Amino acid sequence: MTKEPGEELKFEKALERLEKIVEELEAGDIPLEDALKKYEEGVRLSRLCAEKLTQAEKKIQILTKSLGGSVKMEPFEFEDKEKE
Amino acid sequence: MNPVPALAPQGPKVYTIREITRAIRSLIESNFSTVWVEGEISGFKHHHSGHMYFSLKDEGAVLKATFFSRFNRQVKFDLKDGLQVLCFGKISVYEPHGEYQINVERIEPKGLGALQLAFLQLKERLAKEGLFDAKRKRPIPRFPKTVGVVTSPTGAAIRDILHVVERRFRGTNVLLNPVRVQGPGAAEEIAQAIDEMNGFDHIDVLIVGRGGGSLEDLWAFNEEVVARAVFRSRIPVISAVGHEIDWTICDWAADLRAPTPSAAAELVVQNREDLEIRLEGFSTRLRNSMRGLWDEKKEFFRGLQESYAFRQPLNLINQYSQRLDELLRQFQNYLKNLAREKNQAFHHWVGKLEALSPLAILSRGYSITFNGKGELVKEAGRVRPGEVLRTRLHQGLVYSKVEQVKKEGGEKE
Repeated sequence: MTKEPGEELKFEKALERLEKIVEELEAGDIPLEDALKKYEEGVRLSRLCAEKLTQAEKKIQILTKSLGGSVKMEPFEFEDKEKE
Repeated sequence: MNPVPALAPQGPKVYTIREITRAIRSLIESNFSTVWVEGEISGFKHHHSGHMYFSLKDEGAVLKATFFSRFNRQVKFDLKDGLQVLCFGKISVYEPHGEYQINVERIEPKGLGALQLAFLQLKERLAKEGLFDAKRKRPIPRFPKTVGVVTSPTGAAIRDILHVVERRFRGTNVLLNPVRVQGPGAAEEIAQAIDEMNGFDHIDVLIVGRGGGSLEDLWAFNEEVVARAVFRSRIPVISAVGHEIDWTICDWAADLRAPTPSAAAELVVQNREDLEIRLEGFSTRLRNSMRGLWDEKKEFFRGLQESYAFRQPLNLINQYSQRLDELLRQFQNYLKNLAREKNQAFHHWVGKLEALSPLAILSRGYSITFNGKGELVKEAGRVRPGEVLRTRLHQGLVYSKVEQVKKEGGEKE
């Protein structure tokens, strides 16, 4: 069941980490040096997340199977055939 | 007693068993070519050949039944003893046993529809096996980079999912594995597609489903092969079979059930604006908390600086410094005094020396005379006339030539 987190999962993790840092800093009970380190990390994470959010390129692909059994990914355009 | 009719060559016809049985069979088959009968299954046997044998009974009567594999393959639900059924088939005679029976071609449960019964039976069986256990449900990633979709390439499901992606967050990739979602073989295709998708390691979540339809249309998603494929999927699965009310077996087996494909997409494709607002909130809180923390630490530090404990060492230093200045000043004074004292002593001794100096006597009008050899002249008898003497006066020297010498007692030389 273990899997490598995809790129966007890193975004999820980054956002979670950022939230945790904010909470820790807000709690205030933290040595200044640690606070500065966490703050730096927080700034880095929020930048990373913002970058991810502005990446607007999506890929829509469809799997096609050849008779030989090989599987390819090809761009997919939905055609409304009013079926189903 | 009636006499038994005599056997005669021209007497009544004598049947062989085979002949009579054939005759009965044809009589029955021509009268009951196809019938519907209703009864309870008992003595059910599923032979390894695939054929099924059982009896249909009600109060007081029993009818043997066969259900050959070429017919029973179509049955979705499980046959078992006690089940009330409606059977469609032909009444026939099994000649080797001399028994009449019904050869069933279709069977339906009484009361429930066949599909409903099949659904309930499969659901119960898979539930017992643990396929639907809540504890094996995995969390659905909230920000999948790539969403795998198993559905028809021409159906409403993929269209709706793509709309959601378009509307909410265009950063999401979609990989479609096209399958037939209804009709014979659809379930197997769906199951295979789920397995195929698990061969890709960049897919974060799977949506398996189709748009709405009748129970028959949705049937593929109630098949065991689909449930098992969903169960063994490494990738978390959202089942999205377009039927808001009824759950399919696939829904039960999936990690998450969405009422429609659109709803499934909305569960995984976050609204970008929501995310931006959330991120902005975090950033602001991050800055504010850090500033607050900083101010607080600064204030604390300032307080510390001004506290008695912190100032104490400074006082000490100040005191030392003052003491040092004082010492330095004292030392300088000491040196000065010392010098003055020495000076005074010097002058004192110099005075004394001066008093003792012959030069001082000279200043009172005395003089000292030396001969040519530099010897001090104390007696006149040691001087010869013509000798040059040097006389030291208080100021200056006088050189003089001796003209006459008079010794003490008046003797002239």
